[in-house]
This record gives sequence, C-alpha cells and structure tokens, in this order.
Amino acid sequence: MMQKKIVLFFPSTVVEQPFIYHLIKDYRWMVNLLKAAINPRKEGRMVLEVTCTEEDYQRGVEYLQSSGVSITHLEQEIVWVEERCTQCGACAVICPTKALAVERPSMRITFDDSKCIVCEHCLKACPARAVEARF
Amino acid sequence: MGVRKTIKEINVKIQQGKAVVVTAEELIPLAAAEGAEEAARQVDVVTTGTFGPMCSSGAFFNLGHTTPRMRFSRVYLNGVNAYTGIAAVDVFLGATEIPETDPANKNFPGEFNYGGAHVIEDLLGGKEVYLEATSYGTDCYPRKKVESWITLDDINEAYLFNPRNCYQNYNVAVNLSNKAIYTYMGILKGDLGNANYCSAGQLSPLLKDPYFKTVGIGTRVFLGGGTGYVAWHGTQHNPCVQHSDLGAPRTPAGTLALIGDLKQMEARWIRGISYLGYGVSMQVGVGVPIPILDAEVLAWAALRDEDLTAPIVDYSEGYPQGIPGNLGEVSYADLKSGEIEIQGKRVPTASLSSYPRAREIAETLKGWILAGDFLLTEPVQPLPGADSGIKSKPLKIKGK
Repeated sequence: MMQKKIVLFFPSTVVEQPFIYHLIKDYRWMVNLLKAAINPRKEGRMVLEVTCTEEDYQRGVEYLQSSGVSITHLEQEIVWVEERCTQCGACAVICPTKALAVERPSMRITFDDSKCIVCEHCLKACPARAVEARF
Repeated sequence: MGVRKTIKEINVKIQQGKAVVVTAEELIPLAAAEGAEEAARQVDVVTTGTFGPMCSSGAFFNLGHTTPRMRFSRVYLNGVNAYTGIAAVDVFLGATEIPETDPANKNFPGEFNYGGAHVIEDLLGGKEVYLEATSYGTDCYPRKKVESWITLDDINEAYLFNPRNCYQNYNVAVNLSNKAIYTYMGILKGDLGNANYCSAGQLSPLLKDPYFKTVGIGTRVFLGGGTGYVAWHGTQHNPCVQHSDLGAPRTPAGTLALIGDLKQMEARWIRGISYLGYGVSMQVGVGVPIPILDAEVLAWAALRDEDLTAPIVDYSEGYPQGIPGNLGEVSYADLKSGEIEIQGKRVPTASLSSYPRAREIAETLKGWILAGDFLLTEPVQPLPGADSGIKSKPLKIKGK
C-alpha cells in the first residue's frame, strides 16, 4: 500500500461527473478529501490523500487523465520556523488537525507535519509569521 | 510579630549575594508547603514575567542633524510614518503605525504584514532602515529633503516609551455571531469556536501585586531584554475594579507606562506582529521584581492560576458596542487546560500571551538579581490604587 497527497484539477466540462465514486468503487482508492472547491459548471480543484496499491493508483490516474482531469503531486508544505515562533497559541486553536498544538504543561508549540493538510489557515493566524508555505 | 523587610535591606542581601530569589511559579509550591509567613521569611524577591501583544508602545528617536540643518516635518522609516510634532530631529515611531500604502482592510481581512513595531524589531536586529524626511524649510533649518539608510547605532537617543503595558488581567475574547471575526484578540471563529485570552496568569506582573504595594513610579524592570523603568501609571489604568476574596482584580485593571533604552534591548523580546483584519502590534517582554516586604505581599505573589480569573467577553457585539457585562468568569488554570465551558459548550482556548517566554523572562530577571546586576528600587511615588477613585471615562460626543 502506498499513500500520496495529490491535487486534481477538473475542467468545467467534467466537473459534474462522479469521479470520487469511481475511484473508490472501481479502483479501490481509499480517499481522504483534504480540500475541495467544486462548483457547478466551473473549474474545480480538489486536494486528497490516497491510500491504495501502486497498481490501483496507476489505473486510477489513467482513468482520471483519460477523462480530462489533470493531476499534480502536492508538493507544497507548511514549515514551522521555530526560531521566529514566540510560543503563543494563536495558530493551535485555528489548526483543524492539531498539527500545530500546545504541549502541556510547558505551553510550548509543537508541529507535527504528518498531521498537516496544508489548509494554510495558520499562515495568517500566526501573529509572528512563524509559519511558511514552501513549494 | 510578622516578617517585615525593607527594599534597602533586600538590596544589601542582593549585593552580598545572600538574597533568596524565586520566580512567581517557583514560589507557589513553596508558599503552599511553608505558609505565607514562613515563605516570606525565606524569600526576598519574587520575579514575574509577561510577553504579549502591547499595542500602546513605541520609540522616541533623535535621528541626528544633517548639514545644512533640517527640521523634520514628515518622516518615514521603511515607509512607516513617524510623528514629528516635537523638536527638529526628534521623532516618535508608534508600534501600530502602518505604511500609508498598506491596503489595510480594503481587502478584508487585511494582512498588516509590516508596521512601526517591525521597524523597531528590524533596528534591534541590526538591520538598516530606509529614512525619508521632508520639511518646509526655515531660516535656521533650510534643508527640505533627506534620504538615507540608518541603523540603531546611527541614531543618537533611542528609547522605548510605552504608554500602556502589562495589563493587570484581561478579557477572554469569544464570538457569539455565526461568522468569523478578526480582532486584536486574534481570529475568533463563529458560534463560540474558540476563546482567546491574553495574560501570563500566575506569572503576570500586576496580577501578583494586585494593590500595587511594591510596584510604583520609578520601579526598575526587565523591559525588552534590557533595563526599563515604570514611568507612570499606564493609560486606561483602572484600579478601582472588583477584586476577588484573595485580592486579585476580576477584570482588566491597572496598567504601566514603561520607558527603557532601546539600545540595551534585543529583538527576541521586542517583536513586530500582525493580527489578520486588525493591524500591527508589538510583543513586549516585561518582568517586574516583587520585593517580599511581608507575608501579605508574599500571599499575593503566590496566587495560582486556579485563584486568578478573567471575564469572558463577546467580541462580535458586546465589546464593539460597549455593552457592559460578560458571559461569566473563568480561571487561568481552566484557560491553560485548552478547553473551557461557555453556555454549555466546550470551547477550545488559545493564549496570545506567551507563557514559555513569560517564564523565561522571570528566570532571566531572577538570574540578574542573583548575580547582583539588578538592584531593586523604592517607588518614587505609588501608583493610583483601589482607593484612588479613578474611573475610566468614555468619550462624550458633543456638537457646537
């Protein structure tokens, strides 16, 4: 089994097709949707984490590409710049996955990038601008 | 006869290397084990600390004269406007000032990535800052324009003068509306999505001396990594609020106006910060020593997070519309646990004040005192206290 974070771009012509249903049912993708911006008759974007076999992954990718969906690997990452962090807690309460969290009783901030879904809420919630998005 | 000490006696002990100095955190178990009277006998000084956003801050600079001379009437430092309505080359740079080119909240919520506090942080970090000044020209100050790059070393006098720091207690901010709001208390998610507070609680300087029995005008303090002084009571100093049975104010109360030499300070303790949709502010590190004059002073200094409470205030309507009242009170122990209950809902909490940094300040100040580098000062004059009758007045809007 492999795990990947990918970004799917849907042209407006195919945005109303049930791709996720087919990926799960026909290609055995275990899908964790991280972010989606899908509107009727408009271009769509979806960030998801896929867990499946390498073979199913390739088959799913071929299916998507043949349907006009383009795929890129999620290479953006969130970096917590510890030396800029002033150890308040403004980010932790905004972070939806507790990737940024307060360790108790020390009240120090910790960052676990494996939990990060790159939603970017922390970038602007951090008053000291100690969180950065890198590509 | 209970313990009685004077600041003079404590200073002699500090100079002899015999003073017992503990942080406000370290004092708590000691006072619980020994009792206030015995702990007061043992401990000479308790150090406190806080590191949080303190908007009412800024710095005075004397930028030095040009040849020919110039009377600055408009000054920008890295594009941030400094106030020039004082003598020729003196300016005041306010922490929250933003460049005139900043879109502010035109693209709501504005990011406010740079302002006066960031300029001060850059100067402390040894960076060169771009100076632009213009003037109308006079017989004695004929020059009308200058541009240059300056560092903190190039500036003559540079001192922080903060009209209001170290709030004695503060609101816990929540949002009762159904959409996110952007405030000086951070992002507040709708429907009680989070509760943000801003105090070091059991380490916070004025919460540990609730009646200003030791801190006063002239008190020497840790300010921004250097030495500072209490210049006056701070703006909005409001000492006549209700106190708990243990003595702590239950709402925002006293404040301090602080002054200190910027050249002694460090960027680690003076930080420019940005609140989405609100503006720029400055995180300021302050530590105040409390001389243990008697058991009463010690008992206050030993108050715990469990003993200190803050009011919960709605920032969607209650605060902006000035509606009195609150949604209840909560202890700093509960706030620090990460979750509190408001109107039957479990609400995650966040501190805007840095507790780890507050602890580091209290430890640093303790180190200075133990090393004999930092002597305590007698207040020149006490701060207005609970019996002063001071009442914060709202602005009356009159037409003529």
